[in-house]
Amino acid sequence: MILEVEGVVSGYTDLDILNSVSMCIRTGEIVSIIGPNGSGKSTLMKTVFGLLRPRSGKIIFKGEDITGIAPDTIVKKGMGYVPQDKEFFPSLTVLENLEMGAFIRNDDISGSLEWVYRIFPVLEEKSQIRAGSLSGGEQRMVGIGRALMLSPDLLLLDEPSAGLAPLMRDMMFEKLIEINDAGTSIAIVEQNAVRSLAISDRGYVLETGRNRFEGRGADILGNEDVLRLYLGG
Amino acid sequence: MQLIINGLVIGSIIALTAIGLSMIYKTLNFVNFAHGDFVAFAAYIALLTNVALGMNLAVAFAVAILATVALGVVVEKLVWMPMRRKNATQTTLIIISIGLALVLRNILIFVWGGDTQSYNIPVRRGFDFFGAVITPNQILVIVTAFFLMFLLHHLLSRTKIGKAMRALSDNVDLARISGIDTDRVILRTWVIGLGLAAAGGVLYGLVTAIRPSMGWFLLLPMFAAVILGGIGNPYGTIAGGMVIGLSQELSTAVLPTEYKFAVSFIVMTIVLLIKPEGIFGWVR
Repeated sequence: MILEVEGVVSGYTDLDILNSVSMCIRTGEIVSIIGPNGSGKSTLMKTVFGLLRPRSGKIIFKGEDITGIAPDTIVKKGMGYVPQDKEFFPSLTVLENLEMGAFIRNDDISGSLEWVYRIFPVLEEKSQIRAGSLSGGEQRMVGIGRALMLSPDLLLLDEPSAGLAPLMRDMMFEKLIEINDAGTSIAIVEQNAVRSLAISDRGYVLETGRNRFEGRGADILGNEDVLRLYLGG
Repeated sequence: MQLIINGLVIGSIIALTAIGLSMIYKTLNFVNFAHGDFVAFAAYIALLTNVALGMNLAVAFAVAILATVALGVVVEKLVWMPMRRKNATQTTLIIISIGLALVLRNILIFVWGGDTQSYNIPVRRGFDFFGAVITPNQILVIVTAFFLMFLLHHLLSRTKIGKAMRALSDNVDLARISGIDTDRVILRTWVIGLGLAAAGGVLYGLVTAIRPSMGWFLLLPMFAAVILGGIGNPYGTIAGGMVIGLSQELSTAVLPTEYKFAVSFIVMTIVLLIKPEGIFGWVR
């Protein structure tokens, strides 16, 4: 078990978005967290990564309680996070973005760089170009590549396919499988539930800040309640 | 030609001093109204070292930079960092910076008085330069400013901490997510920004009378340079500073000198109306 979330209540200053959510990610898994707008998917991810402090509940990463610990510490423990937007440094070049991902490392980063370039060859081609002038899909790659520079054991992705053209979206999901095959467990928060569940081992469905359903990707896709939640029935 | 030389001199000073204003503005998301008074503070420390202690100007230059940076670090530790911890709003920070500006300026008035003063350096004749006169002091200002900008470029584009400063000015949250110790980088940004402002202040004292309000009045052209260059873009700020310096001086050919500072205000207003993100987006 790489991540365990137990009964987490969290949200903003005077508004709880999550009213007790529990979930887990086993080592090596891809897990999707889906749910309608406002169900608390992104809040869950931010809370796991320490950007929001849970009001109650427990977050355990690799057997260690990390509840309430700051993101810059969590990163060092081997968790990476790619936010939904502003996931790159626009005025820095692609290479500089990746270097910033590895800022806390003092060793040679060329191995990680090679790995990221192997996954996203276009980043090597455009390594000297400012990230701000890349296409949306390429910027997403920069964001994911930055998080990969520390070779995280667990990668949290907030809406990795949002705003991408269909072709780019398919490619992005394939890349996630490739990253997962290299040994990184992945948690994905997605609006695009069908595609995301298709590459996932398991999925969680959230509704108004609570666990609604969990199961294997295919089971969720076949569940009528879930379909209704999405199709607005 | 004379106006162009004068413009380049004042432009170098605006550029040098405005870089720190720009980077702090973008990184910490507030306008530091005390920035100009740090510039004046540096000029007075140089004055103290040069006139009262009788050191030569090079020593005074170094002492002024060190003292200004030290003051900036103290203010960061005692004011800005605790305020960030408390999630102070942008308005709060701006009001604090205005207060800080007043305190600094009044300390200068209290210690040195309100009269204009100047460094104790020999007055040398200017050189003839294409029909205009350029004084050794003016040459010193331009050369030093460009040298420091070159060093800054090296720092920002080649060193890890410099890249991190740019990263923070792009996106502080993402820097934190990447595990970067943002407080440490912010402190370095203050050091570099105020160091350059101090250098600009000492140089400014070479070409203008030293008085407590010299920095405050430089603030408007600095803002204009920052906005012209695109907030948080150091290279744009340098270009913006040059443009403001030149247009201020060139305006004196057609307008009375008193309207010089109005020019930066007009330029700033036009840019804000037409292209609020700055016109130097391409110089990065």
